[in-house]
Formats: sequence, structure tokens, C-alpha cells
Amino acid sequence: MKKNIYIYIALASFGFVACEPEFNQPLEDTPIAVQSSGIADFSTYISIGNSLTAGFADGALYRDGQENSFANLLANQMKSAGGGEFNIPFMPDNIGGFKGFEDIDFGTRFVLDVDTQGNQTPSPLSETANNDIATRAEGTSFNNMGVPGAKSYQLLLPGLGNPNNVVRCPLRANPYFARFAQTPLSTIIGDATAQAPTFFTLWTGNNDVLSYATSGGAPEEQCDGSILEATNQVGTFSLDLSTATPQDVAQAYRTVANTYGSNDISDPALATTTIALIANTLTANGTNNTRGVVANIPEITSIPFFTTVPNNALVLTAEQAAGLTGFFGLYANITGNPNFAFQFNEGPNRFIIRTVPTSETNPIGDFRQMTENELLLLTIDQNALRTEGYGSARITPEIAGILQTIGAGGTFDPADVPKILTAVNAINDEDVLDTTELEELSAAITAFNTGIASVVDANPNIVLYDANSRLKELSGGITSEGITVTSEFGSGGAFSLDGVHLTPRGNAVIANDLIEIINSNFDATLQPVPVGSFNTITIRSN
Amino acid sequence: MKKLLFILASFLSISSIYAGGYRVSIQGQRALAMGHTGVAVVNSAELAFFNPAGLVFLENKLNISAGVTGIQSNTKYQNLQTRQAFETDNPIGTPINIYATYKITEKIAAGIAIYTPYGSSVEWPRDWAGSGLVNNIELRSIFINPVISFKVNDVLSIGGGPIYAIGGVNFDRNIELADGATSTTGPSSIEIDKQGVTAWGWKASILFKFSNKLALGASYQSKIELDAKNGDVTFTNAPQFDTGFNASLPLPAELTLGLSYQLTDKLLFAFDFNRAYWNAYRSLDLDFTNPAITDSNNTRNYKDASTYRFGAQYNLNTKFTLRTGYYFDETPLSSGFFSPETPRNDSHGFTAGLSYNVNEHLAIDASFLFLYFDEIDESFDSDSRDNIPPFEGTYKSNVFALGLGINYKL
Repeated sequence: MKKNIYIYIALASFGFVACEPEFNQPLEDTPIAVQSSGIADFSTYISIGNSLTAGFADGALYRDGQENSFANLLANQMKSAGGGEFNIPFMPDNIGGFKGFEDIDFGTRFVLDVDTQGNQTPSPLSETANNDIATRAEGTSFNNMGVPGAKSYQLLLPGLGNPNNVVRCPLRANPYFARFAQTPLSTIIGDATAQAPTFFTLWTGNNDVLSYATSGGAPEEQCDGSILEATNQVGTFSLDLSTATPQDVAQAYRTVANTYGSNDISDPALATTTIALIANTLTANGTNNTRGVVANIPEITSIPFFTTVPNNALVLTAEQAAGLTGFFGLYANITGNPNFAFQFNEGPNRFIIRTVPTSETNPIGDFRQMTENELLLLTIDQNALRTEGYGSARITPEIAGILQTIGAGGTFDPADVPKILTAVNAINDEDVLDTTELEELSAAITAFNTGIASVVDANPNIVLYDANSRLKELSGGITSEGITVTSEFGSGGAFSLDGVHLTPRGNAVIANDLIEIINSNFDATLQPVPVGSFNTITIRSN
Repeated sequence: MKKLLFILASFLSISSIYAGGYRVSIQGQRALAMGHTGVAVVNSAELAFFNPAGLVFLENKLNISAGVTGIQSNTKYQNLQTRQAFETDNPIGTPINIYATYKITEKIAAGIAIYTPYGSSVEWPRDWAGSGLVNNIELRSIFINPVISFKVNDVLSIGGGPIYAIGGVNFDRNIELADGATSTTGPSSIEIDKQGVTAWGWKASILFKFSNKLALGASYQSKIELDAKNGDVTFTNAPQFDTGFNASLPLPAELTLGLSYQLTDKLLFAFDFNRAYWNAYRSLDLDFTNPAITDSNNTRNYKDASTYRFGAQYNLNTKFTLRTGYYFDETPLSSGFFSPETPRNDSHGFTAGLSYNVNEHLAIDASFLFLYFDEIDESFDSDSRDNIPPFEGTYKSNVFALGLGINYKL
């Protein structure tokens, strides 16, 4: 009998074994702290803008990017301060792109290829795009009205989302807006206003300069085969809002839509007018209770798309430098133009860019060495730069032989002239932003930002987010919630693999900036997001 | 274009194999039941571990003790800021102990001790919030320790012997191929594996048996350096880098002092003090054999730690002996270097057990341990050279162990 007692004690001990550790204050017992919205009302937050607002990243619109748009991150933080649901016109998957439209800027998202030596190359996800361009987003109305590719004036353009115009060529509608436009003739702002926003963010105008910049300011072939120059439209728009009737406004915008090319620089007056019209509509000229933040436009030189490939990446040995100097000396002799006698040195040299294309009547055209400020685009064929003499000349064994003969005091055979002329491999216009283009862009962005500041100043309901200053700081690194991100391509953490759009982590930094501005201007107490918990880029692992 | 930074820092945090921070000392069923005291308790073959000097004082010519213990350890983690909570799902650990001693003459006894002083499994949910520090870790070791005991006089004996240690580790944690990067097929992780690492150490001890009532003992176990050479490295959801790894792991020295006092015929008290020289464990540095992979530095900054043990034994009758004990175990971890692969702060151990004497030769021993940890808010901040993201939160752990053994004497 006694024996049994001990067995019971042992069994009782076993019962104890099942006990799990318990916290004094388990997570599920702690409600989210309620935050104040101050003088703002977050119940209906609408975000308006372009790809940056939509959460476009890695060259595509895809679900994870949309989830992590600064607008959605901000909306999530607003939920503890009276914020409502934030509906997003989600893409169906994380592949991105539109089936059958991959070749015209609707390909799958980029991932980074890394070889076992650590060399990296962004390239499209190897899965095929599944999404049908004609399929509408699930849902009825949407809080995130960011439309990738939309320029400022297109926010007011009826028919931008007309599904009948979503065809391969000419693509006259924006397929992203067509996925959720309320009617074929909806404007983005019309659909936004219909939801009676109590709070908004507006970040537009980027594409008004960016498409010119990312195409290198180069002419573009149209569907009918014609060539359309990229035009700087500065000074072409004029509309006095104090006197214009709605009909005048509509007419002015129709004219713009009919005359602007897709890669033009918009007239800053047009962008300013557009932003003023939107802000004044949403806030009833600053008389209602709707509050908002308007962001300005970052400089081109803040964006890794333009700063990653150095213009002096022509790294030569002494022998290669002598060879190229000899080649261009010969070229100058043949053409009788001493400007072509470029000197090359051991080490880094600036690339040669083409300024006048060759043609049948002008087999030489014109080219020159890049200047210090000029930029190469991320989309340039970097392999060609390294291995095909792109940016200088293709020194084939045959050309090297010719140069050697002359160097040894031999004579030049005039029959070799075409070989020398065609060996020049200068960088094409679409891969470069030259000084003239940079000056145009810089002047336009300065004018845009002056205009945006004036709109904000005139409207008591809105405040400015100086995205331009903030992104300038990125090259040196921005620290938010203990995490530092920089604009370094690939490893900096802020920019996605297209070099233009932000990663989730970059979006988190923007969201925290906006939270700070909202808190300080509208007396709200929104809490920042933990930047370190957001991802950056995707690396191919299969 | 700048090369990516391969953040492979801080994995293999092998600290869980060590005493103090994690080691639930279970080297004898009778000792465990008494708070794992035993350096001055002349009782059974368990002395071969606790104090080999004492073997010559055992009454019987042949003594054998063997036992196995089931250990269930649990840890919960939560972070009220990120609103995330996780708990471990650790498999049950089963340390063993086998001791045999033989009195060759009245002055000399010899023995063999086989035991598993370090060994544990910590298994967090895969890809959990702290996966950059550890997903799971499994460590095994076995010590084979022949010992000899000399009686200097009726009061004093000395003893000791060499230790042959065999160890193995398997460790898995998530990595980032660039800051914040993910991969196309899922979270990237690295697994390192090395089994059959061997090393030598030694143990020396001394026992003063002043009377049948009072004994004092001291035991010292040397530091053992485990050198893992060219271990296996497997990447998941990452480019397949071809590499092995080398690492060196110190098992620190440990000193134990203790006494036992026979208060009455039936009642015995024991006290042990352990000092583990954890200061030897400053950092774990992993050297990858492929130079394209950044070597990994893992600052540990462990500090020397003490354990205070109290035990009592009561002979109920000829059939039953009851035991109980308590110990306080200081953590060797430094604040700010609290990693979830050894989520072990200071702990309180409560023990109990009994022996049932089947006959005059054979007894069956049972022991039970409950190890209680206070809730703790801690962080792993890492050192600047380590390049590891900080990780903090609240931890709460406990450990239960239930052991069975046999004792044979002739």
C-alpha cells in the first residue's frame, strides 16, 4: 500500500510536466494602444499618384509591392487612430506583368541573379506573366488610387482607364487604371473624389520628367513606324484658374492630351495647375475638414537608375589605352577632324557618346567623350561596355594589326578606311543623359517643386512632404527606426531592382516620414513602422 | 556595380551545449534528486563523475550506476511592440549516465564514467521572428572518462583521469544574402553540420572524509577545446555556394567545492558550489573555406558563473530512501547578448526523488527536476563587427526532467 503512494507522487510529478511557461502579460491580453488623429480625420484615406503610390517595384506591379506601398503602410498605422479600411486594386499574384504585353513595359518583376562569385545582374523573374490585361481588380472602390505610369495631368484625363483602348498598339489607355476605373470615361480624381476622402496623399509629377529621363531623352518609334522626338514642353501651357471656366479647363487638358508625347517633359505650369486643381477640389479650396500631404519631385541624381553605372567605367591597361589613343588618332587623321583624337590613359576613362547618329549621307556623324556630370542609365548593356568596346571602339585583331603596322612606320592602306570608321562604338542617345538633357530636367524639376510649394502655401489644409530633399539625403544614408538605408543599387536597401522605385523597406522610410509630418502638423500620434522588418530585394535562388 | 554583402554572420551559436546557461546538470539520478549535489557524497558509483577521489571510500568492491533522463524544455518569446509571439517545440532530450567502479586494493580504486554533460535541442518555428539567430540547434556530446582513486590516508584521497570527448552539432538559421533581401523560393537559410569532433581533457579531485559524518570534496574539470574542421554547409533558397567551415569551441573549465554532513542515522545534508569559467567563451568565429563568403563573427561575451546546490537525503526504511534538493543557477550570458538559442537566464531548480531497494544488491532510482526561470526582457544587440540585426523581446522558460536509474553493488 505504501508503495502505491510513492507511485502516485511520481505520477503527480508527471502531471506537472505538462505545464507550459506563461507570461505575466501575454500578448493576447494587450490591446493595440489607441492613437489620436489630432485635427485630421483618417476615416477615409485616399492615396493619389503614380507608381510610387501604387507600390510598383522591381519593374512591375505585384501583390507584395502593393501590400508594402507607403500608402498602405500609412493606412495600417492610421487604423489605430480612427482609420478605415484601405482597399487596394490588388494584382492577382507576385509575378507581375501582363500576358502578351511583356515586350512593351509589362514584363514580370525583376529578381537579382547572383553567381557563386557574388556578381549580380537584375533580370526578369523566369515565370511567365499570367495576368490578363483586361481582368478588373477585385472590389468596387479603392483607396489606393496610385496608377503606375500616370503623369500629373493624366489624373484629370477622362478615358485614361478606358478598357476599349487597352490594346497593344497604340496603347492609348493606362491598363493599370483600366483595372479599376469606375466607368470608361472616369478620371482618377473623379473616382477619388466620389469616395469623399477625409484625408489624402498626393505625389504626382514624377513621370512628367522621369519618362524623358529614363528614355535618355531619345526619340521613340511609334506604332505606325514614325519617329517622335522627346520634347520639352516648358512654356506651352497657360491657364488662369481664377478666370477659367470648367469648359476652359477641360479644353486645355484635351489639347495637352492630344499634343504631348509619352516621353515629353511636361510644362511645369501644367503640373502646378493640375496639383492646385486636385488639392482645391479635395479640400473645397481649404474650407472643408479634409487634410492632406503633397509630396514634391526628387532630382534625377537621387535615383540609382541614373547613378549606378559610372561614366568613367572604361578601365584600361597602359597597352589598351595606347591602342585606343592610336585608333582615335588615326580616325582623326582619316576624317580630318582633330576633335576625334581622344587621349586615353591607364586606369578609368570616360566613355565616348554619340551626339549625331550616322546615316548614309553622314557616315561619321558626331561623338565625343562624356563630361563629368553626364549620366549613364541602369538599362545600358553593361556586358557590352565590358566586352564589346561599347563606349569606345571595337578593337578587333584586324584593327589592332592595322594600328600596329602604322605604329611601326608602315603605310596605311586606304582600303581599310571603312573598317576604321565602323569600328567606333559610341554609346547611343537612349543610354545617356547628356548635359543639355540634364539641364532641362533640372530646370523642370525645380519649377515643378516651386509650383508645388506655392500650391501648398496657398491651401491651409495641406502640408508639403519634401521628398526631393529627403531622397538627396539617401545617398549618404537615412536612418529610420534604427535601420539605415541608402540609395546604393542592390545593397542599399531603399531602391528596388528597377533602380527607380522603392523596396518595401524604402516605402517604410517614406511612411515614417509622412507619419512624422502628419503628427507634427495635424497633432496626431501615429506610430512609426519598424523599418528593419521590411524586405528589400529578391535574389534568384532557383 | 558593388558586390553584395553576404550576411552570414552569427550563425552557429553553439552556446547551448555549455553548462550554466543551458546545462541542466543530470549526471546521476541520486545526485539530481538532491539538487545535483555530490562532490562530497560517498554513496554510489555516481562518484565516478562527481568526485573520483572518493571511489576508494565506497563500501563495496563493485559499484554500478546507470540511468537515463527525459528532459522537456520549453521557451516562449513575445514582443509587445511587434505583437509577435512564438514558442519552442523542442524534442525530449535523453541524457544518459553509466558508471562502474572497482576497488582493486584498500588503497586503490578504478572506474569508468560515461556521461553526456552537454547536449540539447532547441527548435523554434521555422522562419520565426528570431530565425536570423536560430531556427533550430541540436548538440550531442559524450564523455568517456576512466578514473582512478588513491587513498592517501584514512582522511584524504585523491583521484582523476583523462576525458575523451566526442561532440557533434547541427545548426540552422536564416540568412540574408543582402540587407533585407529575400529569395525567389522562400527565406534563405544555412545549415551547418559537424559530427564526431573529438578532444581530450582531464579531471582531478580530492576528498576529505573527516569522519562518518562529515566529508569535504573538490573537483576540477579542465577546459576542452573542440575544433571542428571542414564541417558541412548547406544553403537553402540561395545560390549553392560550395564551402565548408572551421570553428573552435571552448568547453570551459569547471570547479566544484562541496560538503556533506550526516545529521542523524537517517538524514544527510549536502552542499555543492560550482564555478564555471565561461569567460573563455568570448566569441564564436566561423571561418568559411570559400573566400567569397564573409566569415562570421559571433560575440558571446560570456562571464564566469556560479551554481549553489543544496540537497538532503532521508532513509525512510530499508526499502525506501527519499531525496530532495534546490539549486540556484547563474546564467553565464551577458545582458545584451541574450540569444534565443540559449534563452537561459538565472534559474531555480527544485528536485526530488527516491530509491527503492529491490534487494541488498539492486536499487531502482527515480528523480525529478523542475527548473524555473523568471520572465526576462532581453536583447541580442551584437557587436559592431558581427553585423547581426538586433533582436529583443520577453522570454519565459521552464524545464522538466524525469529520470530513472539502477544501482548495483557487490
